[in-house]
Amino acid sequence: MPEQRVVTPEFLFTEAAREELFITGSEAVREAVRRGNVDMAISYPITPQSESMHLVGDIYAEGYVKDYYRGENEFAVMSSVAGAAMGGVRVFTATGGPGTMRALEMFPTWVGARLPIVCAFFTRGINSPLTIQPDTIEMAHMLDTGMIMLHAEDAQDLYDMILKAFIIAEQTEVHIPVGVFADGFFVTHTRDRVRVASPDLKLPPYKPYSAPVPVIDMENVPFRQMRDPFVMKSNYVSYAAHASWQQEVLAAAERARPFIRKYLGGLIEVENEHADILVLAGGTAVCQGREAIAMAREEGIEAGLIKIKSVRPFPSDELRALTANAKAVIVPEFNRVGWLSREVRNVVQNPDCVVPGPRVFGGMTMPPDLILAEIRRYARD
Amino acid sequence: MTKPMLKMTAAFADVMPAEYVELVQSGPFGKGYGVADLGSFKELIEEHPLCAGCGLALAVRLIMASLPSPEDTVVVGSTGCSSLAFPQIALQNIHSLFGNQNAVATGLKRALTLRFPDKHKDVLVVAGDGATADIGLDMVLHSWFRGEKLATIMLDNEAYANTGGQESGMSPEGCVLNMAPTGKKFKKIALPEIARESGCAYVASVTPVQPRKLEKAVRRAILVAREVGPTYVQIFVPCPTNYKFKPQETLVKAKQKEKDQTYPLREFITPEAQSYLAAIEGGGKRD
Repeated sequence: MPEQRVVTPEFLFTEAAREELFITGSEAVREAVRRGNVDMAISYPITPQSESMHLVGDIYAEGYVKDYYRGENEFAVMSSVAGAAMGGVRVFTATGGPGTMRALEMFPTWVGARLPIVCAFFTRGINSPLTIQPDTIEMAHMLDTGMIMLHAEDAQDLYDMILKAFIIAEQTEVHIPVGVFADGFFVTHTRDRVRVASPDLKLPPYKPYSAPVPVIDMENVPFRQMRDPFVMKSNYVSYAAHASWQQEVLAAAERARPFIRKYLGGLIEVENEHADILVLAGGTAVCQGREAIAMAREEGIEAGLIKIKSVRPFPSDELRALTANAKAVIVPEFNRVGWLSREVRNVVQNPDCVVPGPRVFGGMTMPPDLILAEIRRYARD
Repeated sequence: MTKPMLKMTAAFADVMPAEYVELVQSGPFGKGYGVADLGSFKELIEEHPLCAGCGLALAVRLIMASLPSPEDTVVVGSTGCSSLAFPQIALQNIHSLFGNQNAVATGLKRALTLRFPDKHKDVLVVAGDGATADIGLDMVLHSWFRGEKLATIMLDNEAYANTGGQESGMSPEGCVLNMAPTGKKFKKIALPEIARESGCAYVASVTPVQPRKLEKAVRRAILVAREVGPTYVQIFVPCPTNYKFKPQETLVKAKQKEKDQTYPLREFITPEAQSYLAAIEGGGKRD
């Protein structure tokens, strides 16, 4: 392992020279964690996440991560990373699909406890009959946990978003967990060109006392302090404590917006934004959307593309402005329920312009022709 | 005590809560007090909302008076009656969810070991029988299998007392409780034996009837967890509310169970822990 030098986040993200690697999404996770100055990582195997956490284990063995072990199940792992974060260290883990559901009880508590945990979610189906196939339905279950949710399109996004997630999560005024979501298999198991900074650079260490809540180490005041206290008396003071804290947690996610804009260049990315037919997508569906608008252009149809990078906080104002004159907002998704189209309908001025589909699920890929067919349909109208 | 966090800014002394001032002035931090000193110092537990005669409340009070280094001790609790008492203690402590206490404590202990490599930071898990032996059993066992340096204490009131007296795995066989309307159908879980076989270097079961014995078990558990490996102490804490006896009979009930051995007191110590204790206690004598 080379001697690593601490550099500013800005330097690591933008100025540092990058080399191009041809790696899988799982390997991109490893490369992000290698440069992330991560204190602890805790793993539990589940397809399609397993390999990424093996690889984090490998760089622990090389000395890039200070502590690492395999936990006993996802709920336990999410509990252990919470304990580690309360103890004041930078911690990383990953899960996906049924693992996300198994651990679900923990995620709102991470937020309530103001823990800047970064967790990667490699999405897959969660239904019965059991499936290990790609599907983003678990994200629907995560929407109201209070976590920041970033959605990576490809391995490059995954690398960048994980590193940037630490810095966004650890801002004192934010200080809530960030989930970096990527579509399992499509991103984790395929090779892609990923531009990475030199491995001898790393992020500055986490500063535990920058937390807006006391660290559990008996080294900071107040020492009469319980984290996640039981506030369950049936009186007004108790209700007010809960209500105000839940609002504060929501406000913390809102305060993440400027940092997401600063580090990710915005909550969305847009191509051909003045077109009146827009394809709006997150994750790998963005790739098919991009291909579909290119195919449409060859046929003489102008369509635009909106890539959702931040699902929470949701880019409501941006979408309201972009879709003000849209004839159709086509929302292709890799799940049965269409959670993204629901989100979009809730914020645009004219919900009727939202086309809730096409959708594929059960492991199917998304043929760009399906999206193109929708573009053609609205171009004819 | 010179630890900065335990000092008080003089200008704020007149606006600090009275019990905080007392803790700074006459608390147990750095003093080496024990159960025998109770009454002569400001205790870590201020008040509690638990029932009259609660055996668990007494046990928490004794545990708090038994800590070898309260100034460097953090507690991880769980849901249950004890979680109503822990907001009242003057140590940094965590209540996360029901049953995940040993997993939370694992992460916390490892984090503190990374941050304070030259210092003992005692991570003490204190939870009820439902949290320890039922809903959280896998995480308790795995923390032992992994050899995490945690002291785990079960406050065993033999029921889910906080939710209204339901049967737990630690309830005695045949006992009629909520959710066991015709009596519990299986034996009390033999967690001390399971702990011994699962990697615990020190295991004890005690009752609050003999406070000095309880103190000794708690101290040993914490000290052995620092240097040797995981430890487990099981404390019988009779529950007058759900077992329907008078609050003043709590210790009588515990004594009776000690006497007729329906709550057998045990102490298992591995040879490694034994020689460590012998070195720090002097001569290895134990009662």
